[in-house]
Amino acid sequence: MSSLWPELERLLGEVQKPARYIGCEDGMILPAHHPDKAAWLLIYPDTYEVGLPNQGLQILYEILNERPDAVAERSYAPWTDLAAALRREGLPLFSLDTHRAAGDFDLLAFNLSAELVYTNLLECLDLAGVPIRTADRGPEHPLVLVGGHCSYNPEPLADFIDAAVLGDGEEAVSEISEVVAAWKAQGRTSREDVLLALAGVTGVYVPSLYTVGFRDDGILDVVRPLHPAVPELVEKRTVADLADWPYPKNQLVSLTEVVHDRLNVEVFRGCTRGCRFCQAGMITRPVRERPAEQVRTMVAEGLRRTGYDEVALTSLSTADFSGITEVLADTVSDDACGQVSVSLPSLRVDAFTVGIAAQIQRARRTGLTFAPEAGTWRMRQVINKLVREEDLYGAVESAFSQGWRRVKLYFLTGLPTETDEDTLGIIEMAEKCVEIGRRHQKGASVTISVGAFVPKPFTPFQWFGQNTEQELNRKVGLLRDAARKAKGVQLKWHDTRASVVEGLLSRGDRRMGAVIEDVWRNGGVFQEWGEHFALSLWTDAMDRHGVSFEEHVYRHRHEDEALPWDHLCAGLHKDFLWQDWRDALDEVGLEDCRWTPCYDCGACTGYGIEHVVASATPPAGGSQGTGQELGPDRVGAVPVGLSQRRPPIVEQSVEPNLLPAGAER
Amino acid sequence: MSVVANPRIRIRFSKQGKVRFTSHRDVARIWERALRRVALPVAYSEGFSPRPKISYGLALPTGYASEAEYLDVELDREQAEALGLVSQGIPGNPQDGLIGRLNQVLPVGIRVQAIAPVQPGSSSLQQAVVACTWEFEVDAAGFDEVEAWVSRVLDADEIIVERERKGKQVTDDVRPLVEALEVGRGRCGASGETVRVTAVLGTRPRALRPVELLEAMLADPAAGPHPPLSARTVCRMQQWMLRESQESQEYQESQQSQESQESKEDIKITQGDARVEPLSVDAGPAALVETRV
Repeated sequence: MSSLWPELERLLGEVQKPARYIGCEDGMILPAHHPDKAAWLLIYPDTYEVGLPNQGLQILYEILNERPDAVAERSYAPWTDLAAALRREGLPLFSLDTHRAAGDFDLLAFNLSAELVYTNLLECLDLAGVPIRTADRGPEHPLVLVGGHCSYNPEPLADFIDAAVLGDGEEAVSEISEVVAAWKAQGRTSREDVLLALAGVTGVYVPSLYTVGFRDDGILDVVRPLHPAVPELVEKRTVADLADWPYPKNQLVSLTEVVHDRLNVEVFRGCTRGCRFCQAGMITRPVRERPAEQVRTMVAEGLRRTGYDEVALTSLSTADFSGITEVLADTVSDDACGQVSVSLPSLRVDAFTVGIAAQIQRARRTGLTFAPEAGTWRMRQVINKLVREEDLYGAVESAFSQGWRRVKLYFLTGLPTETDEDTLGIIEMAEKCVEIGRRHQKGASVTISVGAFVPKPFTPFQWFGQNTEQELNRKVGLLRDAARKAKGVQLKWHDTRASVVEGLLSRGDRRMGAVIEDVWRNGGVFQEWGEHFALSLWTDAMDRHGVSFEEHVYRHRHEDEALPWDHLCAGLHKDFLWQDWRDALDEVGLEDCRWTPCYDCGACTGYGIEHVVASATPPAGGSQGTGQELGPDRVGAVPVGLSQRRPPIVEQSVEPNLLPAGAER
Repeated sequence: MSVVANPRIRIRFSKQGKVRFTSHRDVARIWERALRRVALPVAYSEGFSPRPKISYGLALPTGYASEAEYLDVELDREQAEALGLVSQGIPGNPQDGLIGRLNQVLPVGIRVQAIAPVQPGSSSLQQAVVACTWEFEVDAAGFDEVEAWVSRVLDADEIIVERERKGKQVTDDVRPLVEALEVGRGRCGASGETVRVTAVLGTRPRALRPVELLEAMLADPAAGPHPPLSARTVCRMQQWMLRESQESQEYQESQQSQESQESKEDIKITQGDARVEPLSVDAGPAALVETRV
C-alpha cells in the first residue's frame, strides 16, 4: 500500500508533460486510508488536461473525502508514452494524490463524458492489473463503476463494468460507500453479494444481474433482471436543490495548464429549452438554480482562494439564470477580486445576451460564439431550437456594433428531415451575418463550426437513423463548396468518421463489447484524439464480430422496438419522447416548461420534485429565443418551485486575509 | 508628472520534489496566481490583454530541481506606496511577512528563500546570469568511471554537441562552457553511496545543460567509446552574475565572442570573486543596503 512515487519518478524524465502525473494541485486532498473506509479511485479516462477540470469528478472527490467511511483519490489516463513505460517496468496505474497503485482501491469509478473514451477504460483497467471482463474478477479485485452522461446507456460496456450510476452522484456515492465499507468489514468475500447490495441502491445498475434477449432478426428483444431483488427499471438520481451542494468548495487548481483553466461555478443544473438533439438537456431535468447569493459567495471565495483571474458561470444555458444580470454586475465590480474576466459557456442567441457579454468582456473582446444549430427556421423547428432569424441577426448586429470583430456560429448537420436547402441555409445565414458585420467593421468575419449529428439515448431523436458517413461527407462537401464562394466565412467541420463510431457506441447494445475489446487489443486507445483515431480499427473489429453500421447506427428504429436502455430511466416517459419525435417530424416546436405550463415529460412528476428557479419569468422577459410569444397569460402561470432564500452554505472565509488591514488591491 | 520607474523586487526560490516536473511556463503561471493571492500590487501591461509585469530568469529544464531560481516583479508604484511597501520610489524591505505569506500559497516544493528590492536600472536576470553551478547524481556508474569521465572532459580541447536551432541541426563546441567539474561521493538513503558531480557551466552564448554534457561524445577515439552517462537528479545550486560594474564590459566581450565564432580565448572565465548571486539566500537588511548603493 506504499507510494509508487520513487519508481514513477524515474520514468517521468522520459515522458511528455510529466506534470500530468504529479498531482500537487492546490485543493488536493491526501486522505488517510483505513481498512474500514471504502477507498475510491475516481478516474477520468482521458488526459489529465481534459479530465482535471471535470466538475463532476471534483464534486464527488470532496463529498467522499468528507465522509468518515470513505476516501477518494484521482487518476487520469496516462498518455501512450507513460503507458508503455509502466508496462515495461511492470508498474501499475496509480493515483495522483498519494501515488498508490490503482489495484489497492476498493472501487475504480470512471467518469464517462464521451463514448470514444471507452477503449481507454479498458486500457486503464489493464494498466491497473484488473481483469478487463467482469466475469474474470474475484473478490480481490476492485469494483468497476461508471457514471456521467454515457452511463445512461452503459450496455456497450456491460461486459467490463460492475455497475453504472445514473444521474447526479452527490447522494448516490454516499450510499455506495456504505455498501462497500460493509463489504470490506466482512472481509470482501463474495463478489456476488456486494453486487446484489449495490443493485439495491437507487440509481445503480448492475449489468451482470440482467439478461439480454434478441429476436430472430437480430434485433434486441428485452433486457430482464436475473434476480428477484433487482429492479426491472433502474431510475436515475436527482438532487432536489443545488443549494444543498455548494461543491466543489476547493476547486482543484492544476500546476500545469489544463482546458477550462479558470474558476468554474455551476449556476444551475438541468435545462428545459427542450432542444431535441441535446441529451444533456433531456437527462438532467428539472432546472435547479443555485441561489444567486450562493453563486456570489462561491465566486468571491473561489477567486480569492485560487488566484485565478477568470471565472466561468457554468450551466447548459447561463443567460437563462434568474439572477444573471445582478451576479455579473457584482462580480465585475468587486474590487477585492481584482481584474476578473467572466466567461459564459453556452450563450443564448439574442441581443440581451450580447449586452451581458459586453458587460463582462470589457478587456478581452476577441470572439463571440452562438449556436443556432441549424440554417433554416424549418429545421430549427424540427430540432426545437427556436431561434428566429431576427434573434440571430439582432445578436450579430449588436455584437459587431459593440466592437467584436469575429463571431463564431455552431451548427449541426445530418439532422432528421434535413434537406440540402437546410444544409446550405447554414452558409446563407453566415453570409448574412458577415454582411451585417461589414456595415460596422471592414474586417468582420464569421466562423462556422459544423458537427455531425449523433442521436443519443433518452432524446426524441433516439429512434432516428444517423446519416451515413458518406452522406455526412456529401453534406460537408456542399458546405465547403458554398463556403468557398462566401466572403468572410470560414468553415470548420468535425471528423465524420469519428461521428459514426460515436453513433455506434452511444446507442449500441451489449454486442458492442466485443468490438470495443477488439479495438483496444489492437492498440486503439485515445480514440477521441485525431492523431490516434483509426476508423479501420473499428470496421475491422465490427466485421470480425458481425456488427454493422447499417443495423446499429444508420437504421431508423421502430416504435415497438426495444431499445438497449429501456430498462433504465432518465425520468422521461418513453411516450413523451415518442410524441416529441412525432412533433419534430411535423415541425412543431415545444415551449420551455420553466416559464409555461407543464407537459409532463416525467422528470419532475415522476420523482416528486420540481424546478427550482428564483423567477417565474425569463431574464429580461420577451421570447428569449424560444421563438414563441410568451404573453403575460402564459409566462409565470407555472407550478414552479421558487427557491427559498437562505444563508449560503459556503464558509465565509477559507483563508486568513493575507495583507495588513485596509490593504486591498 | 515625471515618469518614475515602477519599483521592482527580486524573489529567490527553490524548486524541489514532485513539483520539479512542472515546466518553466507552468511555474510562471503558478507565480501569477500566488502573487494575486497575496494581493501584491503587481504592475500590469497596457492593452487588450493586460499581463502582469514579471520577468523570469534562465529557464530551468523540466524535471531539474533548483536551489536558486529567480523572478523580478514590477510593482505598481502608486499602489505599492499606498500600502507602505515603497517609499520615495525605493521599495522598503518587503520580506516582513511576505515570504511567509507566499510560502503559504505556493505549492509544496516551491519555497521562497529571499526577497529584496532591485536597484533601479539594473539589468534583467536573463542578461545578467553568466554561469550556473549544478549538482547531479550519476546513474549506473561507479566513482572511478565518473572520475575518468571528468578528467577526459577537462582534458578535451573541444566537446561537440549537436543541437537543434530554428529547425536546423547545428554543432556547438561546449568545452569553453565547462568552467569547473568535480566528482565526489554522496549518500543516498538506504541505497548507500552515490557518485555526485558538481559542475559550473557557462550560459553564454547558449547555456550548457548538464544532460547535454553527460551525453556529449568525447572526441577521444584512443580512449574508446564514451559511455553515455545519465543523471538521476539534477539540481541547480547557484546562478552567477557579474558585479554590476563589470557586467557591461563582460557582456560586450561575450557578444563579440559570438560574432568572432567561438574561439576559446574569447570567452573569459571570470574570477570567482568578481561574481555574485543575483540574490543570496541570507539576503537580510544588510544586503538590501548593499544593493541600493
